[in-house]
Amino acid sequence: MRRRIGIDVGGTNTDAVLLEDDAVAAAVKTPTTADVTTGITRALAALVERAPATRDAQAAMIGTTHFTNAVVQRRDLGRVAAVRIGLPSGASLPPFVDWPEDLADLVRGEVVLLEGGHEFDGRPLVPFDEKGMREAARRIRVSGIRSVAVAAVFSPLNASGEEEAAAVLREECPDVAVTLSHRLGRIGLLERENAALLNACLVELARRTTRAFTEALHQSGIRAPLYLTQNDGTVMLAEAAEAYPVYSFASGPTNSMRGAAFLSTRGEALVVDVGGTTTDIGSLRHGFPREANNVVEIGGVRTLFRMPDLLSLGLGGGTRVSTGAASLALGPASVGYRLTEQALVFGGDVLTVTDIAVAAGLIDLGDRARVAALPAALVKEALARIRAMLEEGVDRMKTEASDAPLIAVGGGSFLVPERLAGVSEILNVPHQAVANAVGAAIAQVSGEVDQIFQDLSRDEAITRARQLAEGKAVAAGADRNTLTVVEVEDLPLAYLPGNSLRTRVRVVGDIAG
Amino acid sequence: MRPVAAEEIESLAIGAWILGTGGGGSPYLALLNMRQLYRQGVVCQLMDAAELADDDLVAVVSNMGAPLVGQERLTDPKTMALAVTMMEEYLGRTFRAVMSLEIGGGNSIQPFMAAAVLDRPVVDGDCMGRAFPEAQMTSFAIHDLKMYPLTLADVRDNAVVVARAASWKWMERISRKACVEVGSIASTCKAPRTGREIKDCAILGSTTKAIGIGRAVQAARRAHRDPIDAVLEVADGVTLFTGKISDIARRTTEGFLRGTAAIEGLDDYRGHTFSLAFQNEFAVGWLDGQPRVMTPDLICVLDTVSGDAIGTETLRYGQRVTVIALPAPPILLTPKGIEHVGPRAFGYDLDFRSVFG
Repeated sequence: MRRRIGIDVGGTNTDAVLLEDDAVAAAVKTPTTADVTTGITRALAALVERAPATRDAQAAMIGTTHFTNAVVQRRDLGRVAAVRIGLPSGASLPPFVDWPEDLADLVRGEVVLLEGGHEFDGRPLVPFDEKGMREAARRIRVSGIRSVAVAAVFSPLNASGEEEAAAVLREECPDVAVTLSHRLGRIGLLERENAALLNACLVELARRTTRAFTEALHQSGIRAPLYLTQNDGTVMLAEAAEAYPVYSFASGPTNSMRGAAFLSTRGEALVVDVGGTTTDIGSLRHGFPREANNVVEIGGVRTLFRMPDLLSLGLGGGTRVSTGAASLALGPASVGYRLTEQALVFGGDVLTVTDIAVAAGLIDLGDRARVAALPAALVKEALARIRAMLEEGVDRMKTEASDAPLIAVGGGSFLVPERLAGVSEILNVPHQAVANAVGAAIAQVSGEVDQIFQDLSRDEAITRARQLAEGKAVAAGADRNTLTVVEVEDLPLAYLPGNSLRTRVRVVGDIAG
Repeated sequence: MRPVAAEEIESLAIGAWILGTGGGGSPYLALLNMRQLYRQGVVCQLMDAAELADDDLVAVVSNMGAPLVGQERLTDPKTMALAVTMMEEYLGRTFRAVMSLEIGGGNSIQPFMAAAVLDRPVVDGDCMGRAFPEAQMTSFAIHDLKMYPLTLADVRDNAVVVARAASWKWMERISRKACVEVGSIASTCKAPRTGREIKDCAILGSTTKAIGIGRAVQAARRAHRDPIDAVLEVADGVTLFTGKISDIARRTTEGFLRGTAAIEGLDDYRGHTFSLAFQNEFAVGWLDGQPRVMTPDLICVLDTVSGDAIGTETLRYGQRVTVIALPAPPILLTPKGIEHVGPRAFGYDLDFRSVFG
């Protein structure tokens, strides 16, 4: 029997599930602890108690928002040396140029600009300045900086500049961690470099955290290999993933969408994840979240890489309802985790969306008598507002005009009405409160390519891109026989000669073995 | 002549992106350059064309190439200035000021980058009043001004002077070839213009206009008012349609991004469809199959909520957009102007009719 453990380490709760083939055998929810390890150990102990077979699992997958939070909260970040290869171009916009100052002050170490890089058609821009790289590497060794980010002009098309720089760094300072931008991002030097810099400032934390995860697993008597889940709903072996923390930035919402797809057995649907403060709406395509195609800001830094396309609404169970003189207003303020003290039904004095839901009989929580006096017109008006917000959000995230099914997950999913405009059916699924841990447990391995192809027909370009993507997936641990293409996108490019086509292909497959 | 505040450059970036009518390239990287320069103490001067002597010379500058290459080979002030100094060396004369080729998109800010390095003022104006895809689509071409010489500078110290060209089309072909050879990105200084030519043939005041549009959007956002209303008010525009992108098709032909977008109506426009055709910039719009708006009227597609302009490269299914039209500069509306930049210049067999009557 195939057994997988899925764990989601959130800001408030650590959830864990055991999946036996395609069935949820056990699920637990425990509070997250400051040291993370204790929370995971407790969750796993509870899981083993309910299902002793947990110890026989063949794989354990962890999803976490730990690294995003570190950037947003500006804590546990390491100092980074930035190496940009591309002079004489780009000299006026050095690394960190568009970072928020407080974050740059924490992270910016040595900044090195060197000659090298490539043209869009693969020709070298100028020869790579290896001597300069060697001198910089020696300075980095002396400076005591432990992590280096390397970005070269057009490295997604020709990575040799970044590879050569890495070779020099390995020789001169073998102990530093090296992040190469072409492994992380797409065309767009500043955004790709930013992703590499963010990654570099998190590698130390990622190493520590991943090792703590592994230890927690061992302490619980589980010998299965550990995988970390990624922004795109796939996994990487922990040893490999600890070098790429930015890949798990959005693993939380992605896992809950993937879990929703699995629990509902729907691959094409909208997902509404209602929490305490916000509601995330996403769209599933072939069982994976649709990705954002634009710049994504993390902690104020512009990046451009694989992230789910999510719409966040200021609506959750704790959202405040104010009844001013003019009219009724919902949020965006929320009582958050203080819901169980401040909401009317819990004896508090703040009117929240949860109180409205209880008054309307959508859910039975706390002391119902405390909301019995709410005017019926007010309850009706608030529910109409909630419906309108959800309908507008759902419509924004839809990919086609026809009605689509919608899966409701999260602790606040009782707020989703039975019917919504533009929605063909609303699916409530079992284990919806731990959908994210389920999403972690089912994660697969992926490979992606985003490259400019010239003088190839569209079909030829896509075939080439698919082959490259498949190679990447197999290298990341996928079983070649299970690979399927989940995304194909092509964009012809203005002003470039010949027939230039930017093609992006992503494939996924089951974990090999 | 007056100093330009750092905040005005921020406003310019927003306004110019709207005037880009879907093309012109994002001003983001040029804006970053200006922020760096202003941090170093630079303050650019904006000059009214009336302050030019008739025999002054003005450098018309622009970045040429593929926007995508520009995302890797980042634009820099020195290379921009180099195209101008090369032209001075070639002519054996000094420029009094620099001016933008097109006020739409990133090229609105390029002259400020050159001006900062060269310590010259920027003339308040351009020769398109928006963005256009081809070199002959300028007020200078409409006025039959000379199209040569042109200098083209590459960051690697490669430089090209196109000393003569038989026509605007030839100038476009020759300079495009050189541009592709140096990696599809280059700084260019177009044919030098006299003060007289600027006063008679440029589209004057367009820099101030772009700053004003950007400032209106910023003020509306701060006051939680509708930024699109603010644009319409400050630029005398009209709303043509509001809806959601329901289909996009793009293809590159002859080095241009061509394509169509369909918008499904929302709110007041529910039940109606708007379709747009573009060649880098939006060229024609049809309401329920009938031509509703066409070049040279400015067709701008804005994010319905934020008021941010949306480029033809970043149009995406499901976006909530509002299509607005802004009036074109009068020179583009003359019979000669329509010949250069009207619907037939883009291959649409339509008689030009402005939405502004």
